[in-house]
Amino acid sequence: MAQPPVLLKDMKLLDVKLGQLPSWLAMRDFTPGGILGAIRRGYNRYYTKYIDVRKGGLGGISMVLAGYVVISYIWSYSHLKHERRRKYH
Amino acid sequence: MLSRLVLRAAPAALRSLQRPVTVGVLHATRPLHTSKQHLAPLPPLPEKGGEVRYGLIPEEYFQFLYPKTGVTGPYVLGTGLILYFLSKEIYVVNHETIAAICILSVIIYGIKKFGPEVAAFADKLNEEKIAKAQAVKTESIEGLEAAIEQEKKEQWRVEGRSYLFDAKRNNIAMLLETNYRERLLTVYNEVKKRLDYQVALQNLKRQKEQEHMIQWVEKSVVQSITPQQQKESISKCILDLKMLSKSAQATA
Repeated sequence: MAQPPVLLKDMKLLDVKLGQLPSWLAMRDFTPGGILGAIRRGYNRYYTKYIDVRKGGLGGISMVLAGYVVISYIWSYSHLKHERRRKYH
Repeated sequence: MLSRLVLRAAPAALRSLQRPVTVGVLHATRPLHTSKQHLAPLPPLPEKGGEVRYGLIPEEYFQFLYPKTGVTGPYVLGTGLILYFLSKEIYVVNHETIAAICILSVIIYGIKKFGPEVAAFADKLNEEKIAKAQAVKTESIEGLEAAIEQEKKEQWRVEGRSYLFDAKRNNIAMLLETNYRERLLTVYNEVKKRLDYQVALQNLKRQKEQEHMIQWVEKSVVQSITPQQQKESISKCILDLKMLSKSAQATA
């Protein structure tokens, strides 16, 4: 446990305590360049972990397709609300 | 593009500063080598990707819940979530649900049946690609090793160069020696010829002097014999002859 104290903005999301979450979110880089960098980093992480391997499996693309299905369901929920069978749950 | 404009404007702006500061600052407008060093040679690709269970849920989810809830925890959570969505009709059951069920069952059946074959085919393609690259690499390595062998042989040949030069030096020395001896012989012959000439000259001179003296002595002797001495010597000779004949007669 001889680690130097890490700055709040450099900590990863999973290491941030719950009370520090708002300040952590405030310190993140929300410029367009920062957002682009974050998207690129996320894409690279997913790519190197699931796709850029010798024996890629099904999970690599199936997770992307499942995410697409979920997101399109969420976007069309306002239309699907009318097809509910019961009014009160 | 804007950065290029900035970079082009920077030297003109910096030229207004003094000389040594300009040089130092100009090099710092573009930071170099700020990222840490990249690995070289590249590390090989990992064999298998991240583990995914049932093709949809990454393994990290199960490992995350294992310490608190054991093995069945994630499944219970999943089931609870599904029931919650169904009961609250966050997920609406309509005609699309049946279509989704049919499509998914066909997809899963196809994957289960043809999965391994497709995987083997893709692996074969990858293997061929890797083998081609590897062949190029081994070929180039072999070529370089052959070049190294050649180089070593050339170095060994260079070592023998000293012997070659020794032999050539010996040849030259022998030529020089032969030439020197020839010239020495020529010198000797020439000197001998001159000395012989001198000797012959002296001999000739002495011989001529002798002849001349003998002739002169004879001439003077002949001249000194006066006629009177001639008559006396002739008569003496006749007397001697008579005496000799008498003695010869006496003995015979």
